[in-house]
Amino acid sequence: MVRRTGMALFLAAFIGFLGLLTYGGFEIDDAAWSEIEQSSRWQDWHKQPFLDAIGELRGQSWSTPFGFVPAINAAIDKADEAMGDGVQFQKWDRQPYGLELARIASKSPIGGREGLFLFLTVGLACIGGLLYALPRIWLEPAGIKNNGVMFSKAKSRGWIGIGVGVFLIGLYIALYFHPAYIANWIRLTDPATRLISGNPDARASQWFFYGFLYTLSILVMGVRMMVHYRHSRYHLLRTVSIIFFQTGFAFLIPEILVALNKPWFDFKNAWPLNYTFFHGWSLDQFQNGGALGWFMLFWGIGLSLLLIPLLAAFFGKRWYCSWVCGCGGLAETLGDPYRHLSDKSLKAWKIERWLIHGVLVFAVIMTGATLANYLSEGKLLAEYTGPVQEWYGFLIGSIFAGVVGTGFYPFMGNRVWCRFGCPLAAILGIVQKYKSRFRITTNGGQCISCGNCSTYCEMGIDVRAYAQRGQNIIRASCVGCGVCAAVCPRGVLRLENGPEEGRYNEVSLLQIGDGKIDAA
Amino acid sequence: MAQHVVILGNGIAGITAARHIRKRCAETRITVVSGETDHFFSRTALMYIYMGHMKYEHTKPYEDSFWAKNRIELRRGWVAKVDTAGKALVFDDGSTLAYDSLVLATGSASNKFGWPGQDLPGVQGLYSYQDLESMEANTKGIQRGVVIGGGLIGIETAEMLHSRDIPVTFLVREPSWMSNVFPAEESELINREIRQNGIDLRLGAELDRIEAGPDGRAAAVVTKDGETIPCGFVALTVGVHPNIGFLKESEIETDRGILVDDHLRTNIPDVYAAGDCVQLRQAAPGRRPVEAVWYTGRAMGQTLARTLTGEPTPYLQGRWFNSAKFFDLEWQIYGEAPATLPDGVATLCWQHAEKPLLIRINYRESDQVVTGFQVMGVRYRHDACHRWLEDGRTLRYVLENLGAANFDPEFYREYESEVVALYNSKFPEAPVQLKRRRGLTGWIRSLRAS
Ligand SMILES: Cc1cc2nc3c(=O)[nH]c(=O)nc-3n(C[C@H](O)[C@H](O)[C@H](O)COP(=O)(O)OP(=O)(O)OC[C@H]3O[C@@H](n4cnc5c(N)ncnc54)[C@H](O)[C@@H]3O)c2cc1C
Ligand code: SF4
Repeated sequence: MVRRTGMALFLAAFIGFLGLLTYGGFEIDDAAWSEIEQSSRWQDWHKQPFLDAIGELRGQSWSTPFGFVPAINAAIDKADEAMGDGVQFQKWDRQPYGLELARIASKSPIGGREGLFLFLTVGLACIGGLLYALPRIWLEPAGIKNNGVMFSKAKSRGWIGIGVGVFLIGLYIALYFHPAYIANWIRLTDPATRLISGNPDARASQWFFYGFLYTLSILVMGVRMMVHYRHSRYHLLRTVSIIFFQTGFAFLIPEILVALNKPWFDFKNAWPLNYTFFHGWSLDQFQNGGALGWFMLFWGIGLSLLLIPLLAAFFGKRWYCSWVCGCGGLAETLGDPYRHLSDKSLKAWKIERWLIHGVLVFAVIMTGATLANYLSEGKLLAEYTGPVQEWYGFLIGSIFAGVVGTGFYPFMGNRVWCRFGCPLAAILGIVQKYKSRFRITTNGGQCISCGNCSTYCEMGIDVRAYAQRGQNIIRASCVGCGVCAAVCPRGVLRLENGPEEGRYNEVSLLQIGDGKIDAA
Repeated sequence: MAQHVVILGNGIAGITAARHIRKRCAETRITVVSGETDHFFSRTALMYIYMGHMKYEHTKPYEDSFWAKNRIELRRGWVAKVDTAGKALVFDDGSTLAYDSLVLATGSASNKFGWPGQDLPGVQGLYSYQDLESMEANTKGIQRGVVIGGGLIGIETAEMLHSRDIPVTFLVREPSWMSNVFPAEESELINREIRQNGIDLRLGAELDRIEAGPDGRAAAVVTKDGETIPCGFVALTVGVHPNIGFLKESEIETDRGILVDDHLRTNIPDVYAAGDCVQLRQAAPGRRPVEAVWYTGRAMGQTLARTLTGEPTPYLQGRWFNSAKFFDLEWQIYGEAPATLPDGVATLCWQHAEKPLLIRINYRESDQVVTGFQVMGVRYRHDACHRWLEDGRTLRYVLENLGAANFDPEFYREYESEVVALYNSKFPEAPVQLKRRRGLTGWIRSLRAS
């Protein structure tokens, strides 16, 4: 009953949230026009041609962003033409300009009531989600409850799953490339950014909105995760850790830093996952950031080159990928219901190895070129660095990590990016495979080859292939989520750290009983 | 020409034999025959398909391409009889398949005890993939299911129905669930677990007959006490027997199962048997001649592969181990922990005050040597228990090192100190000190120390 109400509330709030996109429409009326004219966001060198082009839209109105955004894009194209060769609007101008115009022209009643609307949509959706998740504590005994997962329209690529995927993909495309479309959503988080920054005039960027939604998803779905695995202290602790690092390190601290006029910095997001760390503007920012800036620079380098690999040698890749990382954090919370959709075939494993190491090589080359260019003060590789960075950012940073990485949760499982793309995961994987104390131990001969472990492995590892031979599982991709051990009905698997010696056991001692015949 | 090994049955026994023959010998021609499914799947996972945890595809331990890659030929079909004189299998369509060596690995079939109504539509056992399909069809839209027989498959069937919110009545003949196998404490924990999941558990209840409704389908179960329980589905899970019906007219000697010697040879040359269908002429002390469990099939398959590739190897029953999960309650056993203690054997049984957690260690009173471990709600390390049993360790030694046997996930609470405290309260004159905490490092350290 409570769960039904929760689900209904969530759906209603979600529909409302979708409706907000178009609610009220867009119009460049006189009030909007004067606001546009007075806005301080336009850069001087193209302000006039820009205003001229937008001015032609005065008096027009549009009922949805799908009419409005193309119209302003066309206007900006016009301004481009008017300016002639050489001076062009850049992508990084267009995005905030579009967003600003959409904010001003929006006729939605959100204006001035952002907090209320935020509560009515995102807030109620969260409450609904919690109402749906929490009663399980009283309604069913703790333990693995994957009943009906394979029949679920949401979790097994049914129409609901497809819908969720389409929504996520759309959201990411809008965030990365066309924020103007979701201006009405972005402004919902204005009060939040004001609260954190202490600046009463602050306006949320699409990235603030994204961070806000991301953190909230991890929070709410983290609660669901904890309910789902409440019998397992490993998962309870791991989820608390994820929530802590996301809210503190990825969301609050960077925003507070900015409010203090320091560079935006996520202390746990290491190169090469954070691929812009060594970009010129980023290095400049650190050097101009005073003592704290220098600390960030050294911390970041130390994190990537020392701390992360060292901890992986002791505890395996998991300490980062499933306890700390933000991408991993979203995968382990929002993505948990989709973990079984990862491809377990040998072919997928092959593709995985080529792709992830390919991305690592790409990232290293890009960073090398960037650094060479930076240190030679623009003399070396000048004409290559920009395009390489841009392509990496577009293909890997946006499309792979974002659109595919999250948007494909309901199609290919929750770790598509971590498994096939993340260059940091690739480095950690190499450490884990060749120099680490971590392994998943197989409990002698107890495996009944049922397949639960492989099915629920989000990284697509065929855990059973090892377990049924009594072999320890040591795979570069394993993020140590611990779910194989949790779903195993025979107590066969244990994640553990121990001496490296004998880690790659050939086979177990006692499949046969007399301890002499191997099992492989 | 290379010899042709034909394996009848693509379960764990037959498939393990096939894989290991191929590992050891590149030439042998191997054909695996089964009527049930095209490919090997894990029978133990049948319940999870019904419950929606997995699809059939997930229960196949090897990719479909595996068989061709390893040149293991697969043939689908039901064998009607074995022509041992002509060295051929005869299929139900009359076709034949010649062999040089034959491995019979035909598994089990569900028991039925001649109850009135046992063959009605809506009444079935659960063993094969076909059973699963009919269960899927038989349980559509029913108001209640009745499970008859308190064995491992019975409790799984109850859990399956329960996972689909179908009310379940569970008739168990024994006074407590599986009290013929489990000591009272364990049995009681399982009773509680079953009831806590909302199953209507009837202990000491026996089936009298199954009655049909107007549509000719099973509509009610009547117990020996005369109680009528209306239902739309009846699961008969009263044990299994070796599946050897098709051998009746053959020369192969059978009793309850196919009789084999210590090398898994039948009375007919070049005919062997492995897995559930086997009855050992000579069982190891304390072990049964028919052991219908996964691990036995696997071990027999491995042993037989050696014999068939030129290295005659006797099958040793080894040390007993097993495990299961009753709803959310996990169980593991290493060595012996029977329902009633044999003479001269004592037990140390720790239970948590509230939670369903139990650790039992049996030992011989004369020399204190440990004879078995049984845990519920806690996981124990097979290697550790096995090693201690093999080495004939005393209770004292085991208790001192007990932490090393704990196999629960990291951060779980450890109860070994409570087990030791229990011992010390019983034998205060020479208290034991727990030396090892849980974990691999603890286990390796204790190995090095010994
Ligand atoms: C629901 C269920 C749960 C179980 N859970 C556990 C567990 O948790 N732990 C455990 O240890 N054991 C468990 N078991 C028992 C375990 O599955 C069996 O011991 C094991 O599968 C036996 O393997 P096998 O290879 O001997 O035979 P099977 O797996 O039965 O394979 C025999 C195959 O041969 C085929 N066959 C037989 N006769 C013919 C013929 N005439 N022509 C053609 N094909 C034929 C059959 O169709 C079948 O496919 C469970 C059994 C069931 C049914
Ligand atoms: S879940 Fe456990 S029993 Fe099942 S295949 Fe995996 S390790 Fe084996």
